[in-house]
Amino acid sequence: MLELKGITKKFDGKTILDQIDLTVPDGQILTIVGPSGAGKTTLLRCISGLASVDSGSFLLDGVAFDPATNRDNDAVIGVVFQDFQLFPNLTVLQNVTLAPTMVLKKSGSEAEQEARKLLKQLNLEGKADLFPYELSGGQKQRVAIVRALAMHPKLLCYDEPTSALDPDLRREVEQIILDLKQEGMTQIVVTHDMPFAESIADQMLRVEPKA
Amino acid sequence: MHYVEQILPSLISGTGMTLSIFFWTIIIAIPLGILVGLGMTTRFKPLTWIINIYVWLMRGTPLLLQLIFVFYGLPIIGVVFQRYDAALFAFILNYTAYFAEIFRGGLQAIPNGQYESARVLRLTNWQTLRKIVIPQVVKIVLPSIGNEVINLVKDSSLVYVIGLGDLLRAGNVAMARDVTLLPMLLVGVIYLLLTAVCTLILKRLEKHYSYWR
Repeated sequence: MLELKGITKKFDGKTILDQIDLTVPDGQILTIVGPSGAGKTTLLRCISGLASVDSGSFLLDGVAFDPATNRDNDAVIGVVFQDFQLFPNLTVLQNVTLAPTMVLKKSGSEAEQEARKLLKQLNLEGKADLFPYELSGGQKQRVAIVRALAMHPKLLCYDEPTSALDPDLRREVEQIILDLKQEGMTQIVVTHDMPFAESIADQMLRVEPKA
Repeated sequence: MHYVEQILPSLISGTGMTLSIFFWTIIIAIPLGILVGLGMTTRFKPLTWIINIYVWLMRGTPLLLQLIFVFYGLPIIGVVFQRYDAALFAFILNYTAYFAEIFRGGLQAIPNGQYESARVLRLTNWQTLRKIVIPQVVKIVLPSIGNEVINLVKDSSLVYVIGLGDLLRAGNVAMARDVTLLPMLLVGVIYLLLTAVCTLILKRLEKHYSYWR
């Protein structure tokens, strides 16, 4: 369970996030919606530790933690970026196994076995030895999800997962997110796509631009 | 033909000097260039400031002048180099500056998202550099590095100014002694062979890195 208490973030004196409180119970999906510039992505960056907050606190399973400095491998927060940010110099398999072997210190064969299982689960069988440039947009996104899952995150965050996809693929990513929910994954999804947000959300947070 | 056989040994020994300057400069200046290039991308202002002045001096004055300064100028302040060491020192200083600029460009071409993506995967800075950044930078900078490498083959002829006997100088001596252009023609052919080999190796390297885009 993730809890945010009074999260406030400012840029150059301008308040972007003002006293955000929220709770995401285990296995639930929170969608963060709102117009461009409202701070959706900023909130996601704060939760994933890519941006620091000016005040407020985070609790993961009741324990206070600072995402920006947290290095505990049992409290990984996975991120699926809007533009995926796969590593172009590595194959699909290497993209997925890099962090498990280097950070979690898994053996190569163990990491590979797990990676192949996840790739299969997300319908990427046979793509393991391809490079990112050889994949379609939807495939790249699924690799990005697999890469995040391979680190056994407590929480998986998505930044605008439907923005680069056509309608068919939108339903596909919707299904992936719901399947992961079935497996108990806690997920946070930033999107401006309202029908998509409504169909997956257990809870919806609307952020509005500050005047 | 007989004449060619006669002057070839001296040209080959001159080629030895040319190659020696070439290889040592490459071997030392490329790693140094990576380090200095990394230094240029840090947020530590005094460091980037010092590096920028260094690069400005090295790129802003002729290499010939730098050779003269190192060999004839530095002894005035008590730093004395042997001819060969002076030449190598000047070449390394000069080429490191060019390589550093190339690596800086390559480093800045890596999107910030790659670093962020590595960060959320908990990779350390060093792991990110080694597995993600450097492999991508190498591919980006290879064509520009190749240019400098080819230049270096020819720039090495500048060492004549401090009295070292390289390929061009060997040809020059034979030309003056025998009053014929033939030695210079041979010198030209040898330079072409050297640069052809470099070009071939660089093409191979670029091809090697073309397995991903």
